[in-house]
Amino acid sequence: MSAIDRNRNLTEYIPAADDDMIVCRCEEVTKGEIRRAVHDGMFNIHEVRRFLRCGMGLCQGQTCARLVKTIIARELGVSPGELADATARAPTRPVEMYIFAKERGRSE
Amino acid sequence: MSNVSDVIVIGAGVIGNATAYYLAKKGYSVTVLEKSEYIGNGGSSRNGGGVRQSGRHPAELPLVMYGVQNLWPNLSEELGMDVEYYQQGNLRLGKTLEHIKILENLTNSAASGGLDVRMIDYGDAKEICPYLSEEVVGASWCPTDGHANPLLTTLAYYRAARRLGVRFVSGEAALEIRKIGGRARQVAAENGVYNADSIVVTAGIDSNRILASVGLKVPMNPALLECLVTEDCPPMFYQMLGTAMADFYGHQSKHGSFVFGGTTGFEPYTSGVGVPPATPSSAPGTCRGIIKYFPVLKDLKIVRAWAGYMDDCFDHIPVIDTPSEVPGLVIGCGFSGHGFGISPTAAAVLAQLAVEETPVMDISQFKYDRFKVRG
Repeated sequence: MSAIDRNRNLTEYIPAADDDMIVCRCEEVTKGEIRRAVHDGMFNIHEVRRFLRCGMGLCQGQTCARLVKTIIARELGVSPGELADATARAPTRPVEMYIFAKERGRSE
Repeated sequence: MSNVSDVIVIGAGVIGNATAYYLAKKGYSVTVLEKSEYIGNGGSSRNGGGVRQSGRHPAELPLVMYGVQNLWPNLSEELGMDVEYYQQGNLRLGKTLEHIKILENLTNSAASGGLDVRMIDYGDAKEICPYLSEEVVGASWCPTDGHANPLLTTLAYYRAARRLGVRFVSGEAALEIRKIGGRARQVAAENGVYNADSIVVTAGIDSNRILASVGLKVPMNPALLECLVTEDCPPMFYQMLGTAMADFYGHQSKHGSFVFGGTTGFEPYTSGVGVPPATPSSAPGTCRGIIKYFPVLKDLKIVRAWAGYMDDCFDHIPVIDTPSEVPGLVIGCGFSGHGFGISPTAAAVLAQLAVEETPVMDISQFKYDRFKVRG
């Protein structure tokens, strides 16, 4: 694994015309917020997601993950392929609590 | 960039980041080394976010009370971003007389430590939180407890420290602490060698791997901690919740989702290898616990479940110390699954220890040399 110095200089943050575009629809996170998060030191999809909640809504990032990754990569000046994907977590689809609770056939 | 700074912090979790922040605020130069590619990827981003004083080990009570009185209330303002700290009290619920006895013991112990915590009946509890099941017979109530967002707190300290010039290097595993002239002064890492006047180890369960290089070992094991989060819903209540039997704990977050954790009883029996996935049995058990006390939440959808490791120490309280065996070394680990609430205070103390200031409070109960063999 290569070490990444978090204090390396990025190019200056320049506001863009489409910064107001919503990228994560579930949590209503814009492109500009993601770009600014990178300049604030969030260098990968894990950190950006914890910082802004993009990809943490009902669809769990199934809609926006690739877009978010591309935006981060462009801001860092690296290829999107160099960035790891977000961790997929169970359950794959949202499940009601009372159904989840019955995993052993109980009826509570 | 030069690999020389006043202090090296190993581990960029909430406590490491906060230690770096408090050191930078005092004017010291700091380098933080993080093994993971990600900042705060261990317990710091995986816990339930409780900022509780009630139910604490008596030794930890002064640490958390200091934080609740002096650090948590202004933390968002100080760090320049919202860490979603809510101070709306903690309800620990009971449904049987046996539960009430457990709660009374916890309450008496905390009250004797100077905390405002008391037993209340179902009517009072229902007034505080109208969504309770009618089966609840009583609760312990600590009005000054609360919760915060651990993901944001961890990243807020990171962001603020970085802005103060702290150098963070991720993907850089510390391999060895080296003594020079009898003092810990150098860290050999995977990609480089770093020098400083003192070295702080805040690496959670991984701390022992690093401490082994100077012959030290804290008696602790990895133990699983599992949480889940629901879809968001309109604001209902913002108390921190728990139960006498620890079936579940949790709270509603600012976002509107509920974050809950629970225990299975199998927590200590883990492989301890890699980042743990959530187990299939934990979240369903937690859901059963929640529904018993809050049937109104039963239709809420679970969107995500996850797991992390706690650095569970032999006596379930941390080591916060400068061990006499290795001058220049500061240890902050073994937080045993309740480190988040005390992280600001613990970090403030670790920062003081790193530059040989007198700690803001007595930390003699957290000494490294307290572990004695039986015979």
